[in-house]
Amino acid sequence: MSEVPLDLKYTRSHEWVRLEDDGTVTVGISDHAQAALGDLVFVEPPEAGAELSADEACTVVESVKAASDVYAPVAGEVIEVNTLLDDTPELINSDPYGEGWIMRLRPADAAELDRLMSADDYRQLVAEE
Amino acid sequence: MIQEEDNVLIFELSRHGCRASAQAPRQRADTGSLPRRFLRRNAPQLPEVSELEAVRHYTRLSQKNFAIDTHFYPLGSCTMKYNPRGANAAAMLPQFLERHPLAPASTGQGFMACIHELQDYLAEASGMRAVTLSVMAGAQGEFAGVAMIRAYHTARGDTARDEILVPDAAHGTNPATATMCGYKVREIPTGADGDVDMDALREACGERTAGIMLTNPSTVGVFERRIQEIAQLVHEAGGLLYYDGANLNAILGKARPGDMGFDVIHMNLHKTFSTPHGGGGPGAAAVGVGERLLPYLPIPRVVKEHHGYRWLDENDCPDSIGRLGTFAGNAGILLRAYAYVRMLGREGMVRVGEYSTLNANYLMARLRDAGFTVAYPERRASHEFIISLKREAKEIGVNVMDFAKRLLDLGYHAPTTYFPLLISEALLIEPTETESKRELDGFVDAMVRIRQEAKDNIETVKGAPYRLPVRRLDDVKAARELNLRWTAQG
Repeated sequence: MSEVPLDLKYTRSHEWVRLEDDGTVTVGISDHAQAALGDLVFVEPPEAGAELSADEACTVVESVKAASDVYAPVAGEVIEVNTLLDDTPELINSDPYGEGWIMRLRPADAAELDRLMSADDYRQLVAEE
Repeated sequence: MIQEEDNVLIFELSRHGCRASAQAPRQRADTGSLPRRFLRRNAPQLPEVSELEAVRHYTRLSQKNFAIDTHFYPLGSCTMKYNPRGANAAAMLPQFLERHPLAPASTGQGFMACIHELQDYLAEASGMRAVTLSVMAGAQGEFAGVAMIRAYHTARGDTARDEILVPDAAHGTNPATATMCGYKVREIPTGADGDVDMDALREACGERTAGIMLTNPSTVGVFERRIQEIAQLVHEAGGLLYYDGANLNAILGKARPGDMGFDVIHMNLHKTFSTPHGGGGPGAAAVGVGERLLPYLPIPRVVKEHHGYRWLDENDCPDSIGRLGTFAGNAGILLRAYAYVRMLGREGMVRVGEYSTLNANYLMARLRDAGFTVAYPERRASHEFIISLKREAKEIGVNVMDFAKRLLDLGYHAPTTYFPLLISEALLIEPTETESKRELDGFVDAMVRIRQEAKDNIETVKGAPYRLPVRRLDDVKAARELNLRWTAQG
């Protein structure tokens, strides 16, 4: 069973979202997602400063099996991307909720965060898959 | 006896002073007319081996091939079927081989007659108005198709359409093609029964819809049952329908994309019509269109007139999207396809569809009875089907890649792995019409054996393959540190 930290929010498309103290959010893909993708070989995040709309495909993660899109969980501006992933995309496999984070967003509308899934709901979704 | 190491390159066998003169030119070329600055100062670094060493090296290499000529090759969506030697022999007739593409049409009337007839046969088999054969392979066929869709909308001044609809079960080339042609891709989900989600499609269709790209049967191995309803929806919205011919083998002679409502189609002659698919060999795509796209069809095409056959060019087809390759396309592949179609005849073509479907359904039923999980158990398979090894992964700890590698040891090429992405731990299996029942039964036995091996001692399967020139490859390293250039050591 994959790990689903309780303090995070999730999406149906397997992104996780952590609300930081300064009102920004950190985004990555879940443990379940990295396990399903297999060993990652490339990550192509958006550029800092990009304005994303909710559910926009904004990052490509490529594994030995397939290339997949990562979607913006909420609308907002990209304020930082994890540059470590350029050379070490395997951080997403080894530490999806920590060093394997993908980007930080400043949400356009904080209320949008409420429509994300709770850890319990996401755990249920993963169990059904 | 000196045993050549398994993975030695011809360069590594080289010893100074050895030569194999059989292939060398009889006399030195006259370079007197070439400017001096284009001439080499140093001899090229070619490997130096004896003639017998060269023969042995390449014979051994050829024996390492894992090919349709040596093994069952059920690689889903690739249609790895037997390509009759007779079709090749016909294409290799010296009168074809020695034709020069720049020679006047009057000296190539026999070749042009074959091309003309092939255009007609394929148009008839697919239910399209006309076919061009000048397209070099499937991906270019897709490009041609969507470029024609764009030309059609542009000619009508209907320029606000910027979306191509692509089901999420599509081949990766479909969204890539749409993007190459300047369109945005709008993904349509697949329903639980494997068909396109009609509600989502209805919602997606609109003023921005330039067209839809569909494969039927789809990549999940089932026939899209509501295809006529889909055609109606897309046409009513003002869009056109593109048929990806990747899975044409299943319906050959039985159903025609033109009758389903498609406006443009590509057919992979290099999988369905007697040329081996994959391995870097040349391809050829026939692209067919309905009435609406006829003016935009790529050139050249052959037309039959009172005095004989003639190539249609820019003057005849001013609205054509143009030329996508040199001369007439991959002529040799086209001739093979022509010979194959003539050998099959109309009745034979029907049997291709029937037996490829029968073989797939037999193999699916046998694997299901052996306890494997079929992805769409309530659906009849087309020419291919999916089993999911999710349960084996969960209960025994073996995954699709482990099965794939172990199958190679047991003498079967692996089916397509991890595709389509919709199904977890997917094996996409396409037996084709040219395999015998004995071969299919052997494959089922191998699958059952691997599962048992995994239960008894999982390391047996995890360590596979054991009997190939190379062991388990490092996929991550291969993707991240791609290095295809050999350089001399030291």
